[in-house]
Amino acid sequence: MKRLWLFLPVAVFALIAGAVAYQLTQPRDEFVRSAMIGQPLPSFSLPPPGGGPATLSDASFRDGRPRLLNFWASWCLPCIAEAPQLERLRGEGAVIVGVAIRDRPEDVAAFLQTHGNPYAVLAADDIAELQLALGSSGLPETFVIDGQGRIRYQHIGDIRAADVPVLLDELRKAGS
Amino acid sequence: MTVMKWLAAALLCILPLPAAAQSAMPPAPLADRQLDDPRLEAAARELMHTLRCVMCQGQSIADSDAPMAGDMRHQVRSRIAAGESAEDVRAWLKARYGDYISYQPELNRVTWPLFAVPALLLLFAALVFFRRVRVAAKPRR
Repeated sequence: MKRLWLFLPVAVFALIAGAVAYQLTQPRDEFVRSAMIGQPLPSFSLPPPGGGPATLSDASFRDGRPRLLNFWASWCLPCIAEAPQLERLRGEGAVIVGVAIRDRPEDVAAFLQTHGNPYAVLAADDIAELQLALGSSGLPETFVIDGQGRIRYQHIGDIRAADVPVLLDELRKAGS
Repeated sequence: MTVMKWLAAALLCILPLPAAAQSAMPPAPLADRQLDDPRLEAAARELMHTLRCVMCQGQSIADSDAPMAGDMRHQVRSRIAAGESAEDVRAWLKARYGDYISYQPELNRVTWPLFAVPALLLLFAALVFFRRVRVAAKPRR
């Protein structure tokens, strides 16, 4: 019995080594997820690309209609891949609000000319102020906002064909 | 020769891609500009060294050249210039990105074993050591 106790340190070591080995084989989630899911949108107001009076604020989201809030930029390459999927979402009845990050108005216009414009409203955020306020960490990124202006869902990265039904479902859930 | 030429041309096509994947816009006003008040600047800088860049997660926002890190530095400087304390700004970011955003070790419900286990092990080792010493000091019959 006493001899068995001598193996305790070995057992503890094996346990720790096992845990480390298991963690090493697991795929790593490299994204920093937003901690704002379930929270109301922080107050903000943003102008359209090129400047002028604000066209988008947190109040724009509180009219009872759920929306997609899409962060993108003309200089962001995955945003090109995402464009047809946004067009599909719009075709399925989704209202998409676009926020262009650190972008020149002429580049925004050229991008929309080439890849289509799925946005109901478009605003510009030159210092990623709204992106940081929402806990978003990169481009492109899409949030589902319900009709009370509450953040319901975060999609990180470009929207692929398989993500379209997921986002439509989240929009439906946000609307009920 | 022509094969080499085509290869060179193909290589040149790939090269400028990473450069294109960056914003052409100037950085946020306070991303790389110090605050006028040296005391506030020092506070901002100290905080920036303990905040993780969300784009390049191995670097602090003070060390990173990513545009996102510049925007985060702008937030830190402008909030501190507006009178917020460094801990207010840290709390603001934690509310958005979770504890992962801060490099500062923190004692809470999840992390307490990290601090408790070494102390317990030390106590255990000391106990074993003193028992051995006592046994060894005992005169043998």
